[in-house]
Amino acid sequence: MQNNLFQDQKFRGILYQTLVVGFFALGLYFVINTTAYNLEKRNIATGFGFLNNPAGFDISFSPFLDFKSTDTHLKVYFVGVLNTLLVSFCGCIAATILGFIVGIIRLSSNWLLSRIAYIYVEFTRNTPLLLQIILWYAILIQLPRIKQAPQIWETFYISNRGLFGPKPIFLEGSNIVILSLILGFIISFFIARWAKKRQDTTGQQFPTFTTNLSIIVFLPLVVFFIMGSPITLEYPVLKGFNFKGGAVIRPEFIAMFLALSIYTAAFISETVRSGILSVTKGQREASGALGLKKNWIMRLIIIPQALRVIVPPLTSQYLNLTKNSSLGIAVGYADLVHGFGGISLNQTGQAIECMAITMATYLLISLTISFFMNIYNRSIQFKEK
Amino acid sequence: MENNSNFETRKPPVATTGIIGWSRQHLFSNWVNSFITLLVIYFLYQLIPWFLDWSVFSADFWTNYKGELIVDRTFCSRVADPEGDHGACWAIIIVRFYQFMYGFYPSEQVWRVNLTYFLLVVALLPLLIEKIPGRKHLIKFTIAFPIIAFILLYGGFGFQVIPTNKWGGLLVTLVLGVFGIAIAFPLGILLALGRRSQLPVISMFCTLFIEFIRGVPLITLLFFGMVMLPLFLPEGLNLDGLVRVLVAVTLFQAAYMAEVIRGGLQAIPRGQYEAAQSVGLSYWQMNRKIILPQAIRISIPSIVNTSIGLFKDTTLVIIIGLLDLLGIGRGALADATWMGLSNEVYVFVALVFFIFTFSMSRYSLYLEKKLKTGINMGAD
Repeated sequence: MQNNLFQDQKFRGILYQTLVVGFFALGLYFVINTTAYNLEKRNIATGFGFLNNPAGFDISFSPFLDFKSTDTHLKVYFVGVLNTLLVSFCGCIAATILGFIVGIIRLSSNWLLSRIAYIYVEFTRNTPLLLQIILWYAILIQLPRIKQAPQIWETFYISNRGLFGPKPIFLEGSNIVILSLILGFIISFFIARWAKKRQDTTGQQFPTFTTNLSIIVFLPLVVFFIMGSPITLEYPVLKGFNFKGGAVIRPEFIAMFLALSIYTAAFISETVRSGILSVTKGQREASGALGLKKNWIMRLIIIPQALRVIVPPLTSQYLNLTKNSSLGIAVGYADLVHGFGGISLNQTGQAIECMAITMATYLLISLTISFFMNIYNRSIQFKEK
Repeated sequence: MENNSNFETRKPPVATTGIIGWSRQHLFSNWVNSFITLLVIYFLYQLIPWFLDWSVFSADFWTNYKGELIVDRTFCSRVADPEGDHGACWAIIIVRFYQFMYGFYPSEQVWRVNLTYFLLVVALLPLLIEKIPGRKHLIKFTIAFPIIAFILLYGGFGFQVIPTNKWGGLLVTLVLGVFGIAIAFPLGILLALGRRSQLPVISMFCTLFIEFIRGVPLITLLFFGMVMLPLFLPEGLNLDGLVRVLVAVTLFQAAYMAEVIRGGLQAIPRGQYEAAQSVGLSYWQMNRKIILPQAIRISIPSIVNTSIGLFKDTTLVIIIGLLDLLGIGRGALADATWMGLSNEVYVFVALVFFIFTFSMSRYSLYLEKKLKTGINMGAD
C-alpha cells in the first residue's frame, strides 16, 4: 500500500511541499526564538518607537528637507529616501542620454569614433562601480580650494567643496509663475494629443514641437514679468574661508552622479546598439524607397522598432542604477543606506528594524520602477490587429 | 579595335581596398566624418602622450628623479619636487605589492596561496578547454578543488591555521569571486528548477526568494550578514566574518544565476521534456541528462556575464571593513607614509580588475561565437 502511495505523483508532490513548509516553519521558529533571546540578552527593545527619537547627528546633503541634528530618525529616513531618489533619477536621465549617444556612435561609420566608444564601454563595464565612485570622488576633492576656485562669469565656482552657483529665491507671487509653467505643460500635452489625432484622421501635420516649446517657455515668462519678477537669484559670495549664499552641489553627489551615469551608460549603449541592429536592413531600405528623409527614417521607422528590444533591458538597467546608488556610503553620500541603514542603525542599535525598513523601501522603489516601465513597454509593443 | 578611339578612357574606380581605400571608407567618407576624424586624432594626440608620460616615462618606479630608493611618499618625485614635471609614483604599489596580493598572510606560509592559485588554473582548464586530454579526470579535480583550496588557504590537516582576518588583497577578491561563483552556480540551478516546478509551494518559495534578493542592493545583504546574522544564530556559534560575507555574496549571486539559467530552461522546446518523460526518465534523471546540459549550454555567455558582475561586486566588502584589493589600496592611502597617492592606487586596482573581467568577457564572446547562441539576459 505504502509503496503504491509513493509511486503516486500527486501524493509525492503534497509530501514534498508539506516537508518544505514544515522545515521552513521550523527554521523560522528557531530563528525567531534565538533572535528574541539574543535581543533580550543585549537589552535591545524591539519596535519602531526609536523612529521618533532625535537623531543627534547632522546630514551634510539634504537639498529638499531642512535637517537639524535634533530632528528624528524618521526624518533621517525621509532625507535618505529623497537623496536616493534624487541621485537615481538624475543618474537614469543622464545615463539614458549618454547611453543612446554612445550606442549610436558605436554604430557610426567612422571607424575611429566607434573604436573610442568601444574602448569607453569596455573600460567602464570591466571595472568595479565602487572603484569608479571612489576614483571620481578622489579626483573631485583634488580640485582647487575655495580661495583659488576657478569661476565662470562670477556665478559658478568649482572647488574641492563642491560646485557653487546661484540659488533662486522665491518671493511672493512666484507660486503663480510655477503654476503657469505647469499649466503650459498640461496645455502642450493636450495639443500634442489633438495634433496626433488630427494627423491620424486627416493626414494634416501640425507644428507640435515649436508650438509646445513656445507655450512652455513664453507663458511662464509673460506671467513672470506681469507679476513683477518674483524670482531672483542669490549669488555665492566669498567670505573668509567659505561661500556665503547661493546654492552648492556637494562633491559626494557629483561623484555619485558621474560614476553612476557613466557606468550605467556603458551598459545602456550596448542595449541600444543591439536594439538598432535588431531592426532589419529591409526596413531602412523600404522607408528609403518610400522617399522618407534620413532623419525621419531614424525617428519614425528605426527607433520605434528598436525601442521594443531596448526597453526591457533598459528597465533592468534603471533598477540596477537605483540599487547601485546605495554605494554612496563609500563616499559619504547621505542616501538611504548611509543615513538610515548606517548611522541611525549604529546609533540606535535597532538593526532588525532599520534593515527591514531599508530593504522594504528598496523593494518598493524597484517594484514601482518596473511597474511604470512595464506600462511604457506595453504601450510601445506591437499592437497586432 | 577601330571603335576604341570613340570612347573616353574611364578613370579607374575609387580604391576600396588597401590602406587608402580603407581610410577613405571608414574615416573620410564625407566632410563631417573627416572633421570628426581629425578632431578625434587631435584629442588622442593630446591624450595618449600625456598618459604615457604620466604612467611610464616621467613616472617613478623604484627610485625617484634623484635616483634615491623610494621608501615613503616624501621620496616620490611629484611630492619631493612639486614644481617639476613628474608623473605617477608607482613605488606605493611596488613597496606594498605583497599586501596587494596576499594581505597580511604570513610570508613563510605564502607558498600555500601560490599553490592554490596554480591549482585554480589547473581546475579551470577542463572548463575552459573542451578538447583537453583527460578532461573527465580533471573535472573530478575541479569539483574537489574548493575543498583542497580551503584546506590549503585556511589550514588544518597538519597545516598551520591562518585566520581569515590575516587574508587580504587579491586573495580575498579571488576567494570571494571563485567560491561565490562555485557555490552560487549549483544553488542557482536548484532555484531555477524550483521556480519552474509544478509544485506550487516550492515554486512560490523560490520565486519569492529570487525576487526579494534581486529587489534589494547587495550592500543591504552584506549589512544583513554582518549585523543581523549574529542575532539570528544561537550563542557560541560565531561565524567568521569572511564566511558571513561569502554567504551574502553567494545568495545574491545565486538569485541572478537562477534567472539566467531559467532563461536557458525556457528556451528548451517542450518536446525535449515530453521525449524524456516518454522513455521513462524520472524528474531528476530528465533534468540531469537531457534538459540541464542543453539549458546551461545556451546560457553560458550570460552565466559568464553574471560572474563578471559578481567579481566586480566583491569590492563592496570594503564597506563592511574587509580588506580586498581595493580595501588594501584604501588602507595604504589612509597610512600617513603613503597619503595622497590615490590616483596611482586606483589606477592599479582598476587595471587588475580590468585584466580579470576583460579576459572573462572575451572568453564569453568566444563561447557565444562557438555556440552561435546570442541569448543574453542583460546581466549586470
